[in-house]
Amino acid sequence: MSTTTTTPETAAAPRAPVVKVSVPEHSLASELRAIRIVWRRDLIRFLNDRIRIASALVQPLLFLFVMGSGLEHVTTTHGVSFKTFIYPGILCIAVMFTAMFSAASLVWDREFGFMREMMVAPIRRSSIVIGKCFGGATVASLQGVLMILLAPLVGVPYDLLLILGIFGLQLLLAFTVTAFGVMVGARIKQMQSFFGVMQMIVMPMFFISGALFPAAGLPRWLEILNRIDPLTYAVGPMRSLVFSHLSMSETARQTLDPGITWWGWRVPPLLQAGVVLALGLVMLGVAVWEFTTTE
Amino acid sequence: MRTSTELQADGAGSAGRQPPAILVRGLVKRFDEVEAVRGVDFEVAPGEVFGFLGPNGAGKTTTINMLCTLAKPTAGEARVAGYDVVRERDDVRRNIGLVFQDQTLDSYMTGAQNLRLHAELYGLQKDLVAPRMRQVLEMVGLWERKDSPVGTYSGGMRRRLEIARGMMHSPRVLFLDEPTIGLDPQTRRSIWNYIAELREREEITIFMTTHYMDEAEWCDRIAIMDHGEIVALDAPQTLKAEVGTDRVSIQTDDNAAAISALADRFGIEARVADGAVTFGVPGGEEFVPRLFAELDVPIQGVSVSRPTLDDVFMSYTGSTIRDAEEGDPGKYRSRMMMQMIHGGRR
Repeated sequence: MSTTTTTPETAAAPRAPVVKVSVPEHSLASELRAIRIVWRRDLIRFLNDRIRIASALVQPLLFLFVMGSGLEHVTTTHGVSFKTFIYPGILCIAVMFTAMFSAASLVWDREFGFMREMMVAPIRRSSIVIGKCFGGATVASLQGVLMILLAPLVGVPYDLLLILGIFGLQLLLAFTVTAFGVMVGARIKQMQSFFGVMQMIVMPMFFISGALFPAAGLPRWLEILNRIDPLTYAVGPMRSLVFSHLSMSETARQTLDPGITWWGWRVPPLLQAGVVLALGLVMLGVAVWEFTTTE
Repeated sequence: MRTSTELQADGAGSAGRQPPAILVRGLVKRFDEVEAVRGVDFEVAPGEVFGFLGPNGAGKTTTINMLCTLAKPTAGEARVAGYDVVRERDDVRRNIGLVFQDQTLDSYMTGAQNLRLHAELYGLQKDLVAPRMRQVLEMVGLWERKDSPVGTYSGGMRRRLEIARGMMHSPRVLFLDEPTIGLDPQTRRSIWNYIAELREREEITIFMTTHYMDEAEWCDRIAIMDHGEIVALDAPQTLKAEVGTDRVSIQTDDNAAAISALADRFGIEARVADGAVTFGVPGGEEFVPRLFAELDVPIQGVSVSRPTLDDVFMSYTGSTIRDAEEGDPGKYRSRMMMQMIHGGRR
């Protein structure tokens, strides 16, 4: 660890002695510290930015209440409110948008220079990336909590297990989406380009995922797209989880939550969540690789 | 190429027999087609202020990036604070401080928060952070402003904060990449005063790049870099002495006649610069009386100046530093390429 060596000042007498510090040798502790710093910085930034918290709520609320109320009377949802039906999907996209924003701060840090301060510190770049993904996951899940609080408004009662389950899924999704954003952002040097690329990827992912419709009986092309959309595997278990805490007719359950099938085989929700996690880890790996190979 | 690699005996203070703070041997960096640094060798003694002087695109920043472990050398070897920049990267990083051309502060945070984050990133011992922070902030005159967000700082204050941050972990070598670029002359001077004080107080070796000739005068030794090579390396005074000639410029009614008369009578090759006939001559002050006595062309005014680093630069590269930056499209292109690689600097 550091040592206190206060060298006596030789030149000007009235001056205080120079405080000499030393940097400890590189170790695992350095990396854990670095991960924590990056993570905490994201969190502080998020909590300080009330406008961002509020504005990130606008889009999901529009979908949930405006579109949800508007389409309620023209959709057959077998006695379940349309708002209730899309609620699990909205829980996912709320997290997704926030996680994307979190990943964007990486591009921001690069464009406005702060990234270099971290790049030259005696730490691995992988720690920066990992800290970033944890940060994005935390921040987005916190944002997700606000959406969870709305549950009674769409006919979903509070339940501790349900809330914990939703939070867990949101955390998982947020991690994966942040990893995805970091992976995409690793080579992008400008915020504008990043948001352009994101817009191009995120909106289709959201629409195709089945957040707004059941993922069964779709046209073949849409079904294929739906099955390769990673978000599908977050929306699926989220819907199963929320619906398992609601009472509804068997017909309603089967129509509204038909589950995801691979060649006719119904994929268990836990495996779906596993797909999200696996994707997140792979993308984190790619992001780390990208960061360590760029100069 | 005249490269003196032996350690400088004076000027650097107590260099003694310590190993060099920086040792560079045959360092090369190639970006695809462009060879940005083409085999440079030099050593910097502990305690020395060493400057890299050259136009933009000469390879200064690329060299600094290799020394700071931000870029991998294509060939050659470099040791900083005794550690190899490739094999002992973390040890190099622990022992260096950096101030980049572009600001790398978090402008959402206060000055103090920026320093604290740095201290944490480097794992400094907790009870030393506060006193050390106070010291470096006082050194750059920012102690009173430490709790203001960096976003409210002026350009000069930000640069000072970056210097303070670079010093926060008591590095053995401080790298300053164009520390005063984009600042007004007054602020530049104040930055230099801070650097001078820093040097007096801390045991530190300073490696800096600049393309301001007047700033190179602050260095114990300078290396002039052009097209990726070191073309000259010595103390500024020595380099100026090596140019050997003083610069004399005379105002006449008939410049053409004056030039031909200078050539006929003294064998001096003169040219017109800024409307005056200009030429170099050893012992300019002694030459002026002869000039008045022997030149047929009437002289309205005369000025004699000692050689400047501009003249040194010119004698080694054949152009002024400004021309070197403006005139060479190939170089400009390679600079753009490097900017793309290093992530666009503004």
